[in-house]
Amino acid sequence: MAESDVKVKVLGSWSSPFVMRAMIALNIKSVNYEYLEERLWVGKSELLLKSNPVHKKIPVLFHGDKPICESLIIVQYIDEVWSSTPSILPSDPHERATARFWAAYLDEKWFPSMRTIAIAQGEDARKAAIAQLEEGLVLLEEAFGKCSKGKPFFGGDQIGYLDIAFGCFLGWLRVTEKMSGINLLGEAKTPALFKWAHRFCSDAYVKDVMPETEKLAEFGKMIMAKMRGVAPPKS
Amino acid sequence: MGEENKVILHGMWASPFSKRVELALRLKGVPFEYKEEDLRNKSSQLLHYNPVYKKVTVLVHNGRPIAESSLIILEYIDETWKNSLQLLPEDPYKRAKVRFWTSFIEQQLFQTMITVIKTDGEAQEKAIKEVLEKLEMLEEGMKEFFPDRNPSIDSENLGLLDLVFFSSFGLHKVREEVLGIQIIDPEKTPLLFSWVKAINQLPLVKELTPPHDKLVAFLKFIRECSQVFFNLV
Repeated sequence: MAESDVKVKVLGSWSSPFVMRAMIALNIKSVNYEYLEERLWVGKSELLLKSNPVHKKIPVLFHGDKPICESLIIVQYIDEVWSSTPSILPSDPHERATARFWAAYLDEKWFPSMRTIAIAQGEDARKAAIAQLEEGLVLLEEAFGKCSKGKPFFGGDQIGYLDIAFGCFLGWLRVTEKMSGINLLGEAKTPALFKWAHRFCSDAYVKDVMPETEKLAEFGKMIMAKMRGVAPPKS
Repeated sequence: MGEENKVILHGMWASPFSKRVELALRLKGVPFEYKEEDLRNKSSQLLHYNPVYKKVTVLVHNGRPIAESSLIILEYIDETWKNSLQLLPEDPYKRAKVRFWTSFIEQQLFQTMITVIKTDGEAQEKAIKEVLEKLEMLEEGMKEFFPDRNPSIDSENLGLLDLVFFSSFGLHKVREEVLGIQIIDPEKTPLLFSWVKAINQLPLVKELTPPHDKLVAFLKFIRECSQVFFNLV
């Protein structure tokens, strides 16, 4: 059976940056897929619990009856199965390792700081989280210079693995800036990333799956209220 | 050794992350220079090569560093030295599963194991419970990899998952002795128990494993200054 005949589905949530990664990757490969929305606040679906019993998290990619979990693993799977150009990961092993390094940094260190800002108890914790975020952006600005080598994206002429890994967080980054009143990704401090962010968000493979900042902000307020145990604002 | 194709591993003898890279290079037959890092006094080279995390383990190939995590280093090794022993399977779905479980072992299981080593009392009990639960999840997951429940390992078929599991839990007996708890129980997790035993018996693994007493002494030592140690490796 040709790859094109096997059904592809993505189980996700419209607000999840990790789910976006899977969809962008499929778009790059021109793979048709069915999107299934997992409604996060009404309890985990049977499908989710069955297909990802270990982590019980979205996204889950279904390729036929095979479930693949963890967003970065999904992106690599997509790159390897639909191996025709364009490639998502660079071909050089050292560049691949560099892209993986920064993607891991984003997931393990950088994005958790962003979440901390929203739920931090006390001004010191908040300031520390903001500092970590800003420091990370400076590192990523430098990484962009090295990876892009003068081209528009981390991946070169087209968006690649690290663009996807980082770019999916831009929506929530904008929300964080709105809610904290701090300009994090600024033209002055991180000029290359600032321009890259615009290019990424308007890219053909991205723009239809990037949620609107306003919608995310409303959702963000609701989550924060829930996490603090107060009644969510009526929307 | 000229600059061309020069490989240097900055490691630490008791670090599981260093150990798995060392094993991988040996399995692949890659000639390399090993530099033991003194954690209290890291070389300026190390800090230059790993400015973001400032930790061992770092692999330097032709003057270019590949840092963190050791999983990234292992995939780099697999992609650069493509000879008969492949650490990852060819099939993309199998690769995805190997990556899933190695990530689980590294980020979920091993991190909790570190908490067990670092703590005492109630905090430790909670972490132990979590480790044992996760080991049971791993046992379940590994049934797909070892359908006949009898892992037969030799140096020709060691893979990424074997390396990562072994370096994280291969020395469970050392921990069991020092902590006084059972980690890999032959009754609760028989598959994991026989898997780790099979790997421990390989000649190359025996050669690269430090003596039991040295490891016991070291584990006792780091329990005393654990906060510091686990920020360094």
